[in-house]
This record gives sequence, C-alpha cells and structure tokens, in this order.
Amino acid sequence: MKCIKQEISFTLNGGAVCVDVPVTTDTLTMLRDRLKLTGTKYGCGEGECGACTILVDGVAVNACLMFAVDCHGRELTTIEGVQTEDGLSTMQRAFVSCGATQCGFCTPGLIMQGTSLLNRSPDISVEQIKRGIEGNLCRCTGYHKVIDAIATALDSNRSAPKEHS
Amino acid sequence: MTALIEKETLIGKRVPKLDAPKKVTGAAQYIHDIELPGMLVGKIRRSERVHARIVRIDTTEAKALPGVHAVLTAADTPGVGLGHGKDNPPLKGDKVRCERDEIAAVAAETEDIAEQALKLIRVEYEDLPAVFSPAEALEDGAPIIHEQHPKNIPFTYDYHHGDVAQGEAESDVVIEDNYRLHFVTHCCMGVSGAIAQFDSEGNLTVHSQTQVPFLYKKEIAPVIAVPPEKIRVIQPVIGGAFGSKLDIYPFEPICIFLARATRRPVRVLFTREEEFLASPTRQPVELVLRSGVKSDGTLTFRNCRTLHDNGGYTSWGATTPFVIMQTISSLYRVPHCQYHTTVVYTNNPYSGSFRGFGNLQATFAVESHMDKLAEAVGMDPLAFRMHNAQQPEETTPQGMVFHTCGLSECLSITTEKSGFLAKHDANRETQAAPTRTGSAVKRGIGMASLLHVGGGAKIYRSDGCGTILKVDDHAHVTVITGSTEIGQGSETVIAQLVGEELGLPVSAITVINSDTEITPWDVGVHASRTTFIAGNSARGAARKARDKLLIAAGEKLKVDPETLDLRKGLVVRSDSGESLLELGKLIRSLHFARKAEVVMTSDYYEPPSVMQDSEFKGDVSASYAFGTQVVELEVDTGTGVIRILKVTSAHDVGKVINALSIEGQIEGGVVMGMGYAIAEHLIVKDGRMKNPSFRDYKLVTAPEIPVVDMHFIETNDPEGPVGAKGVGEAPAICTAAAIVNALYNATGVRFCELPLTPEIVLRGLKQCGGHCP
Ligand code: FES
Ligand code: FES
Repeated sequence: MKCIKQEISFTLNGGAVCVDVPVTTDTLTMLRDRLKLTGTKYGCGEGECGACTILVDGVAVNACLMFAVDCHGRELTTIEGVQTEDGLSTMQRAFVSCGATQCGFCTPGLIMQGTSLLNRSPDISVEQIKRGIEGNLCRCTGYHKVIDAIATALDSNRSAPKEHS
Repeated sequence: MTALIEKETLIGKRVPKLDAPKKVTGAAQYIHDIELPGMLVGKIRRSERVHARIVRIDTTEAKALPGVHAVLTAADTPGVGLGHGKDNPPLKGDKVRCERDEIAAVAAETEDIAEQALKLIRVEYEDLPAVFSPAEALEDGAPIIHEQHPKNIPFTYDYHHGDVAQGEAESDVVIEDNYRLHFVTHCCMGVSGAIAQFDSEGNLTVHSQTQVPFLYKKEIAPVIAVPPEKIRVIQPVIGGAFGSKLDIYPFEPICIFLARATRRPVRVLFTREEEFLASPTRQPVELVLRSGVKSDGTLTFRNCRTLHDNGGYTSWGATTPFVIMQTISSLYRVPHCQYHTTVVYTNNPYSGSFRGFGNLQATFAVESHMDKLAEAVGMDPLAFRMHNAQQPEETTPQGMVFHTCGLSECLSITTEKSGFLAKHDANRETQAAPTRTGSAVKRGIGMASLLHVGGGAKIYRSDGCGTILKVDDHAHVTVITGSTEIGQGSETVIAQLVGEELGLPVSAITVINSDTEITPWDVGVHASRTTFIAGNSARGAARKARDKLLIAAGEKLKVDPETLDLRKGLVVRSDSGESLLELGKLIRSLHFARKAEVVMTSDYYEPPSVMQDSEFKGDVSASYAFGTQVVELEVDTGTGVIRILKVTSAHDVGKVINALSIEGQIEGGVVMGMGYAIAEHLIVKDGRMKNPSFRDYKLVTAPEIPVVDMHFIETNDPEGPVGAKGVGEAPAICTAAAIVNALYNATGVRFCELPLTPEIVLRGLKQCGGHCP
C-alpha cells in the first residue's frame, strides 16, 4: 500500500502546528493518534454521534468526517483548548454544576457543540438548543441536564464577551 | 476560638460529580486513550456465517505479513468456555453458531496492518442448517446448536405460589395475551475495548471496562489459564455500561491471548459497527400472560410462560427470569401465581444484562394487563392499581419483605400531578372521533408502575462491598472502595456519605475505585446496588474513623466524646457548636505522639438478604424500589408517529442523597425506556443484524425528549445508607408500559409488540398486526 503524505499547517488551540499526514487520514485520527489530543472522542467514525465535535474557524464540525489535509490554513479548537486562564470555561463550568456529564464520553463533543452555538447566536431559545445538539448522542443523561447546562452558560455569557470565535 | 459552627448536611444536596472536571476538559482517560509503550493493535476475525462447521483455517499468509506479531486460532488456546453456561469459547474451533463468532485474532503494529492480516486468513466452512426462532428450535428435527443440548434447551425456570387453577375458578374475568419484545442494544457511547499486558513473571494486568472486577478475575482465570491471584484488573474511566459489561465477552480473553503470544501490551478496540455486532443485546422475550380478577377488582391469579431466545451462547440474558418472575409474582398482590421460562438456543445474537434485567419486558406485559383488567371490571386504572398495590411490611408469597414500600404514594402523586383521571376520561371520548375531519392527532395518557431490587441482590454467596479509609495529617480523606463508577455517580455519593460522618466537604475526599490490587472486594455494579451496599460500607468505615477521632479529641480536651461533633473540619461541642480543635491538628497530634497512630479504618458491609431457595423464594434484596410513571403522548393516526410530551414520575428512593445525580438517573432512564418503546430496534433477520450503525439504529435525540416532572418518595429505608435505596435501573423499567397504555387511551387499540415505530402503529391502527386481538 502506497502512502501519500502531505504537509499541512494550521492553528490548533491557539498554537501553530505543522505536520505531514497521509491524505486519507481524517482529522479525528490526526488529533488523537498523531497529535495525542485524546479529549476528542471516537463514537462512530461516520458523522452520526457527535462525540468527535471540534471547532473549525469557530464552527462545530465532526472531526471524523473531515480530511486532515483540509485543516490546512484553518483554526481548530478541541476540548483541550477550551479552558481559559482562570480555569474552566463558562460552558465547562455549567456542565459540571448542572450535572450534564455522567459517563462523560459524549461530553467533549457536546461542550464543543454548545460553545459553537453560543458563539453563533447568544440569544437562542431552548428549542434551538435542542435542535443544535440533535447530532450529538448521549446515552446517559436523557439530554435534560445538557440542555440546562447550555442554557445556563448562555445566560451567564450574555453580558460577558465571547470566549472563542 | 469562639466561632460557632452549625451542623451542615451534605445529604439531599445537588453535589456535582467528583469526576466532572476531568470529563469536561477531555482529561478523563477511557480505554481508547491509554497508551502503553510498545502496544500492539489486536483485531478479531468474525465468522459472518450463522451456523457452519469450520473445515479449515489457514493463517500462513496473514502470519507472513510484515508488521504482524501473532495470528491465533482456537488451536492456540485452552478452549474453555465463557459465560453463565460456559458454552462460549473465546475462539471457535469446531463450528460457528452466530454471525459475530470469533474465529481468529491478529496482533500487529498498526490498525491497517491488522486489518489487512485479517483479510489474509483463509477460512473454509461447511454451512449447517440454521434456526432463528425459539419456537422452531424446539421442534423435533430442528438443527442442534450445541451438541450437549440436543433439544436446544440449556435452562428452564419454574416458579409457583398458590394454585392458579383455584385462582382461575375464583375469577370473574380472565384474559390472556401474547407479548413479543424485541432486540435492542446498549449503545454505550464509548465502544468496547481492553488492554492486556504480562510482566516477565507471568503476572497479567488487564485494563478492562468490566462492571465486576473481582468476579472477572475468578471467571476469566480458567479461560486464559492464569490463576486469579496473578491477575490485576484496572478499570479506566468507563464510557457507559448499563449492564453490558457485567459478563466477559470473547474479545477480552482474546486480547489476553494476543498479549501472551507477543509478550507485548495489546489493545483490542471495537469499531462502532463491531460494537453493534458483537455486544450483548437486551433479552428478546415471547411472553404469554394469563391473569384473572374478581368483579370487585381483586387480582386472583397470574400465569406466565415465556420463551427466551438464547441466541448462539449463554450470557446473562438467560437469567432474566429471576427478575421477570418477581414482577409477575409481586409487583401487585397476586394470591396464585405460576411462571415458566424455556431458554432456547438459536443462531441469533445472544443477550446479556441490560438496565432493568428483564423487568422492562415483564412490566410491559403486567402493566398492559392491569389496564385491561381494570377496564374489564369497570374500574379506573388508578383505583384498580391502588386496590391491588403492595403495602409496607408486606411479605410477598415469593418471600420478598417490603420493610418500606412507597407504591401507593407513587401512584397518588403521579396521577394527581398529571391530572391523570380527567385526561384519561377526556381522551377516551375522542378515541372514536373520526379522523377525516380536522386533525389526525390524538392525545393519550397512560400509567405504569414498577418493582425492582433496591438493596442489592444476593445471587452470589456474598453481596457485600469493602471499604478502606484513611485520614491524612491534613484531614484529607482517601476512601478506597470496591465499587465501580460507570458514570452513575457512585464516587460522589460515597464521598457525600463519608463527608457527612466526618464533617468534611466532598472536596476533602478522594475516592479510589478502579484497581483490584488496591481496592477491597465487591460483587460489582449491577442490580442497582452500589449506593446501598458500597454506601453502607463507606459509611461503616467513616463511622469507625469518626469514633476514633472523637475519642481522641475527648481525651485531649478532657471531655466526654459523646458531647463532641465533627463539623467543617473542626471538632466542636455538639450542643453549642463551639469550635474546639482543628481536625488536622488533632490527627497530627495522634500521628506524632509517643505512641504514634494514624487514622485508618476498614469495613465490609454484607446486606441482610438471603439467596433464593431452589423454588426461587427468599428475601433476595435488603430493600425494594417502587415507582410509577404517567406518560402523556400524541399520536398522529395518519402517519403512526408518536410524540412523547410529558412523563410524570415518582420513585420510592428511600432518601435522596444527591439530588443532581438522582435526577440524572431518572431523566436518562426515562429516555432510555422511551427509546425501547418507540425508537430502538436492532433488526435481526436470519441471524444477521441489518442495522449495525447509528444511521439505521435510531436512538432518541434531544429534540424528541419529553418534559420530565419528577417526584421523590422518601420512605427512609431502615437498612439503607441514611435511608436510601438503589434507583439506577428503576426509571427505565416502566416507561414503555406507560407508553403503550397511553397509546391505547389515545386510539382504543392495544399493542402487544415493541417497538411502536410508525409502521407498527399504523398496522395496528388498521387492525392488521402488532395489536392485541
Ligand atoms: S465519531 Fe464523529 S460523529 Fe461519531
Ligand atoms: S454522559 Fe454518557 S453518553 Fe453522555
């Protein structure tokens, strides 16, 4: 099997990264296996569960569906890059205090999805939150506390500036 | 010091999970995230045939592939069987009995190489006639799945109390229905995996997602020919379990065989497709229920027969009759009861343990019948259930002792809060209304209750759990518990119970619970037992530490220890709250005294339950949980689509310890129960799974969830830790039953099959299948 590689550079959690990756590799595999950022999860590998959600230029993307080479020139944020200098982000804190994580496997993806929703429109309704996380499966929580957490983070962020863009 | 310290309790508070910070930052290490130096990738070749003799396996080419370190077949292994029936050798040598069967395994440098090697394994089969329905597998001349069971029956279960013939003679109304419950699967968001590593002395370390680390050692030992004392089980953070990790499945011993063959650490990790194909399912059941009632609404008898499709091998699904018969015999008072299960081998997938353990199936049938019987004698569903409900201090004919029982309160509060009776009547009026005019959408309301073990289940000789506790020089507590955290929040509840005794916040407590080399014995996380059993054990150890600290403080302060209390990290006078001594200081004074001492305690809690006798009778749990759910739904009679609007639930939880996590259990359980009823369906056709992906296997998503109005009935169980009962499984159990009753209320059509997908609902509404005759 011939392996064609390509060198790419992009911004990852605020730092510059330059790697060569096989052209067939997806972003999830690059993040986890190559860059050792294991916070982003594999749940299905085919865009159906949202466990691998990351932000690309501020927008939620399923890392398993994106070719790694397409990261070139983009700005990526993973769960490892969400924390602020004072600790957990508003969204992370809300997930903790609202009880939105049980086994936690869906949690990084949901936090990225929530962060993306928050970045896009700070004034969304509960119905919009529900629709916004429709592609993120959670087997433990029944979603109620996840929705609470995103709504809570939204509330407390209304006056505060954006954390990620 | 004169500050007055008030007593503050941790019980009933909304305490965030201790492990939440590492889960929200991506720092939690699941099996997928662990890297060991030199670790190889293990992959499994599966049969793809449903019933066939293996004529030849040729691994020559696979072995020759560069980067391949081992290729194993059954010939390289001891061939000892796994599971409740010990009928499942990790690698199959003679024949395969279902689609998922493991026939060879590879360890290689990379995933790509391992996959390529799998393809190079040449297998020659001779297909055998197969059978996919338990009824057909019982017929004379049916294909034999396991030679040692020529009738395809590995187990039967029989239970009775009273005399059903007498019960039937006393009945004014008798009804009988056939229920068919389908295949669903756990869909843990974290796929299955294991890592195995041997040291040079032959000691084995397994990183396993098991829910039962100590039973695991004992059960896997003969299968891998390593004595249990040489096995160490380390549990990573577990990405969901729900019962799926209660049994050992072939991939774990296979991973261990590969590690032994290569003398390297090996990880086997499933793909999602493999997770669907090779994980256990919920037990599918064909159930015939016959029940009787007197015209005054008193239940007279229940007679239940089930056929359990055992699939190709025996895992825990085969033992679900233990739980099914409890609900049949004891959810309501039934003077005469008979129960029979035949477990039958087929060439289908095999079932394991899944939250509720047979109880969703049993409750679906029993609660459907409760509604039907109520209607038959002209009572409303609430009054009929109230009339037959179990009461506190009752001993059921099966031997269960209900020291506390909040069933009547659960029935009252859910029906009152939801406005059940008025809505139930109103919906009935519109059942027959023509749908041509205006909207085809109808509303329904339905209820169902549940009974489940809430204080462990003594199915092994011990149902206990051990705790080791130490308090360090700075009053930080380490609790080492045998219990397992699978996301349900047991660590946090244990920390709360310990903090409560020692007057410390949960932030002063670390819980260690994931390494058999360190932790004391526990049966494992199942049967909703952890809060109750591990909680009592942790509390026992904390009390011993508390006593020790108070006695030492009394000596030091020259006062009666009885007058002292521990609050906020201080020793205080219990009446006035006057602060007397810093706890850390007290501990250091013990530690650095001439007769030096540190604070370490331990406790082993064994619940006062008993194993059932040979007739399945006995008080098997130290406590029992009850609950009721009322479901409100809308059904579009034109499309068959159901929307669940609201679930009003009440659970007898004994006592709320952590409001946040108990709500999480209820919300998650209700949505899982709802998925079972209307969305999830693992389609198995001729032994093959047709929808092994999230695209085709429908899980409930956020926009579909109902409002959940929760109520907690606190019956303060005398044996439970601070009065609590287990509640992990309960919320998933009766949702499907309440949904099917609500659907009847909406449409006047009663369904005997799940899932209530639009196709089945439409068929039923047109009276051409799926509905009860
Ligand atoms: S792993 Fe990417 S969506 Fe499931
Ligand atoms: S918390 Fe377990 S899958 Fe969401």
